[in-house]
This record gives sequence, C-alpha cells and structure tokens, in this order.
Amino acid sequence: MQVFFSIGVDALAYGMVLFIISIGLSVTMGLMRVVNLAHGAFAMIGGYIASYAARDLGLGYGFAIILAVIGTIVIAIPLERFLYRRIYGAPELTQVLMTIGITFCVIGLANYVFGPTLKTIPLPADLQGPVNLGFRTIAAHKLFAIACGVAVALGLWFLIERTSFGVKLRASVDNTAMAASLGVRTRIVYAASFALAVGLAAFGGVIGAELLPVEPYYALRYMVTFLVVVSVGGAGSIPGALIACLLLGAIDTTGRYLVPEYGEFFFYLAVIAIVWVFPRGLLGRAK
Amino acid sequence: MSATDISPSAAPAVRTGRPWQRDLIGVAVILLAAIGGYVLFPDNLALLTRIIAIMLLVLSLDLVTGYCGVATLGHAALFGAGAYAAGIAAVTFGITEPLSMIGIGAIAGAVAGLVSGVVILRGHGLAQLVLSIAVIHLFHEAANKASTYTGGSDGLSGIAPDPLLGLFAFDLWGRTAYVFGIVLLIAVFVLLRILVRSPFGMLCRGIRQDPVRVSAMGASVKASLIRMYVISGAVAGIGGALNAVSTQVVGLDSLSFTNSAEALVMLVLGGAGSLFGALAGTVVFMWFEHVVSAANPFHWLTIVGALLIAVVLFAPKGLYGTAADLARRFARSKP
Repeated sequence: MQVFFSIGVDALAYGMVLFIISIGLSVTMGLMRVVNLAHGAFAMIGGYIASYAARDLGLGYGFAIILAVIGTIVIAIPLERFLYRRIYGAPELTQVLMTIGITFCVIGLANYVFGPTLKTIPLPADLQGPVNLGFRTIAAHKLFAIACGVAVALGLWFLIERTSFGVKLRASVDNTAMAASLGVRTRIVYAASFALAVGLAAFGGVIGAELLPVEPYYALRYMVTFLVVVSVGGAGSIPGALIACLLLGAIDTTGRYLVPEYGEFFFYLAVIAIVWVFPRGLLGRAK
Repeated sequence: MSATDISPSAAPAVRTGRPWQRDLIGVAVILLAAIGGYVLFPDNLALLTRIIAIMLLVLSLDLVTGYCGVATLGHAALFGAGAYAAGIAAVTFGITEPLSMIGIGAIAGAVAGLVSGVVILRGHGLAQLVLSIAVIHLFHEAANKASTYTGGSDGLSGIAPDPLLGLFAFDLWGRTAYVFGIVLLIAVFVLLRILVRSPFGMLCRGIRQDPVRVSAMGASVKASLIRMYVISGAVAGIGGALNAVSTQVVGLDSLSFTNSAEALVMLVLGGAGSLFGALAGTVVFMWFEHVVSAANPFHWLTIVGALLIAVVLFAPKGLYGTAADLARRFARSKP
C-alpha cells in the first residue's frame, strides 16, 4: 500500500510536469504543424535563467519563475521571427533538421556559458519539507508541481474554450485560410500561441527541475519524452495531452519502481503499442 | 542528346546511355579519393575506415529517406544490429572469417530492417518519427541488457577476424581493413546505382512523390517500402559489420540515438535522394568532426547546429545537389 501510494504520487507529479512542458508543444504542433524538436531547449533555458536568478542573484522563487518565463519568451521571439517562420508548412524532415539544429546550438551555448555541471534551483522553505496529509506525508514540491499542473490545465481550458482569443485560436487550427479571410489575424494568433507555448515550457522547466534536472543535455534527453507525449495524446488536443502525460508518467514511474533494470524498455514498448493502435494519438482527430 | 531532353517518351534512351558513364566516374572518384586518403593520411587509416563504415550507413539511410521519403531518427538500429551480429558471431560462435562476418552482418541488418520497417511504417509524420525513436531506444536497451552476449555498457571486445581470404592479415595500421572497406564500398555503390535505376527504384521514388497515386496505379506502397527497408538494412548491416571487423570492438554508441541523428545530418548536408550526396556529406561531416571535436566537443555541437540551420535555409538540396545545380547552370550558359 505504501509503495502503491508513493508510486501514485510520483507518477502524478511527473505526469503533471510533463504536461506543463509538453502542452505548449502540442499546441504549436496542432496549430502551426511544426515538429518543434527545440521545445525541450526552451524548457532548459527557463531552468537556467531561474537557477541563475535564484542562486546567483538571490531572488525569490516566485521572481525566478517569472523572470524565467519572460526571459525565455524574449529569447524565443527572434527565433520565431527569423527561423520558425521559414519552416511553417515545410516538409517534416526540413522542420526536424532545423529544430534539431537549434537544439544543438542551444546545448553548445548553454555548456559554454554555464558549464557542464548540474544546476539546481533552490526551493523556498515552504516547498522543502514534507506535507502531512493526515494519513501520509508527501514532499511539498511534488504537491506544488501537481497543483501547478492542474492550474495550467484549467487555465488553458478556460483560455481556449471561453475567451475570444480561444475562439480565434480554434478557428485558426481548424482552417487557417478561412479564419484569415474572416478577419482573424492569424499571424498574431500564431505568434501569441508560440509565446504561450514557450512560456509554458519555461515554467515547466523550472517547476520540474527537481524531477528533470537542468544540465546541457536536458534539451536532447527529454526531447524524446515530450515528443512521445504529444504523439500519444494527439497533436493539438489538451485532454489528450493530459491523459497521455498521466498514462506515460504512470508507466514510467511504475517501471522504475518495480523493475528498475528494464524501466526504459517498458516505456518504449508501451509507446510503440499505443502509437501502433492509435496512429493519430489517443484523442487526435483524423485529417 | 538535346533532342531527347525535350521529349519525355525518349527519356529511357538517356537513362541507358549516360548513367553508366556517371557510374564509372563515380567509381573512379571513389578510387581516387581512396588512394588520395591512403597517401595523404597514412596515420589516419582507422578514421578513414570508420568513415567508410558510416558512409554505408548514410547510403542505407538515403535509400529510405532520400528515395522513399520516410523520416526516421532510428536508422542506427540497422547499423548496430549488423555490428553486434558480426561481433557476436566472432566472439561467441567463433566465426572469424571476415567475409562471413560481413555476410552475417548484412543478414542481421536486413532482419532489423524488416522489424523496424514494419514498426515505423505504421505511422505517418510525427507518429513515424516517434516510432523510429522508440525503435532505436528499444534496440539500445536490448543490447545494454543482454550483456552476456553484447558486453553491455562495456562494449563487445575481443573480436579477432582471420586474415582476409586467408592471405591478408588485419594489421595494426589498418591497411587491410581500409582496402577491404574500399572494395566493399565500391561493390555496394555499384549495386545501389543499379537498384535506384531499376523499375523498383523508380517505384520507390514515385511513392515519395505521391503515395496515393502509386497505390491507385495498383502497386502496394507498404510492401515496396518494407522491401526497400530490408535492402537498406542489409547495406547498413554491412557497414556495421565492417566497423566491427576493422575496430575489433562494438560499443553501445553504434546503437545510439545520436548516431542516427548524425547520419541524418550527414545525409542532408550532402543532399538526400542522391548516392553521391550521401558519400560527400559523410566525408565532409566526419572530417570536420575529427578536426573540431579534437578542440572542444561542445563547440562541435554548436557548429553542427549552425551548419544544419544554414543548410536548411540556404542549401536545401545539400552540398552535392547545390553543386550539381550550379554545374548544370554553368553548362547551360556555355553551349
């Protein structure tokens, strides 16, 4: 029972961190049809900025998060303007190559600037200790990650289902040309959702730093995981991404707890099985 | 010749006449480069042999990505399968005759090609990429865990191939391995040139351009692609086995995601959809890597990244494709 419970909490926290980071990728992939392998790099940049702000500048955790999100968006805007805009609508292979190129550059530069060591983001005192739930105790930062994941999911749901921006976004996803001819400024919608995606990646990178430690190869190591989440969930689908994250988080964590020798093995077998049965993802729609 | 350029019905006449010349030129260029490499860099023959092995991997990737349009980040699985099969045959089963090792590598590569082809071709677009990544990770994990046969993360060592044809021993300087590699490369190159010109090769190109139309014509898209995957696997397996024979070790890195991604970068750098491009891209990439990564491996990563972005933006046809375009334009302007 104890094992069961801790697997459940870990899986939930891991899945929520995955969700916060990957949902941005899912939105850009569904909307702009860009296979953005550099998404993990943005999460990593967020982690580095937060670590720098909290450790070297001595700012508070909350400030570090805000600074990380804003800083990453500022870095990403020129990339979107000069590099991504050229590969919208290009064949997948081109997009893969361009974004892998960006990832390699970011890894090289991050190592040059920050060195190859692991960077930690010091947690505030409130999030360090365990929290007593009456019958069990959980690490507070895991609870915080779960809460953030729920908040992001609800916030996105509200944004996409209940605001006018959400209406324009959904219209652009369904039919860009028609939306544009009806007066939706699709370019602005694209840019705004790209910024949103990058900001969420940075946010997830900071929140998840305890589970996915920040180091130069972060961008490459977890890139695969984020891609897997999106393709299992179905590009562009928020509930799909949520289900995929929880499912994959559960498979991965259970594998690591019960059969640590073969953890990765089960993860990838499960991925192949799921994609085999649902080639468009769990909740992806047919083209 | 100029008359045949205009009317498409006479195109086959061009195909039978000129490509053979180009094959001969290609073989001659490979031979000249090989002799040049031997004379200029006698101390680096091991690196040159590794370049030849990787060339075979990139050629094999070109078959599925360049000719069939399948985007894969897991092609090193076929290379590693060949390398491990040849290594295990030598260490565990005592088959140390080099040609048999190459043959075993080719068969293992073809089997791995069949398996990964069946898995990868299930999806399209993103799903295809993810499946290919999952395949390479599964192969990697499998080799890591089956350490009784593969040596796990320590790598498989103690491969001692017999003298080639019973005459030429594999020496310390790697001369035999180098010449062996060149002969293999030329044989594979000529066979692949014939393959891509064959009706089957044409069918695969058609599939890349428009799979719906090909299936409407009555050809089976998936069966053709899987056949191409098996052939591609055999080529990559030969490359892997050559690597095992020449270095006498097989490491887990031959089955890594990085190896797959780098092969893709080399292919695109040289120009996908052309065998010459695959060869050129491999040489340029590996030589650059050798020079730059000796200085600092992380700068190397930055440079590869910048190079990739530059190729995508400015030379989408790759080095060979761009050079061929320039040459054609030059030839046209000078009648």
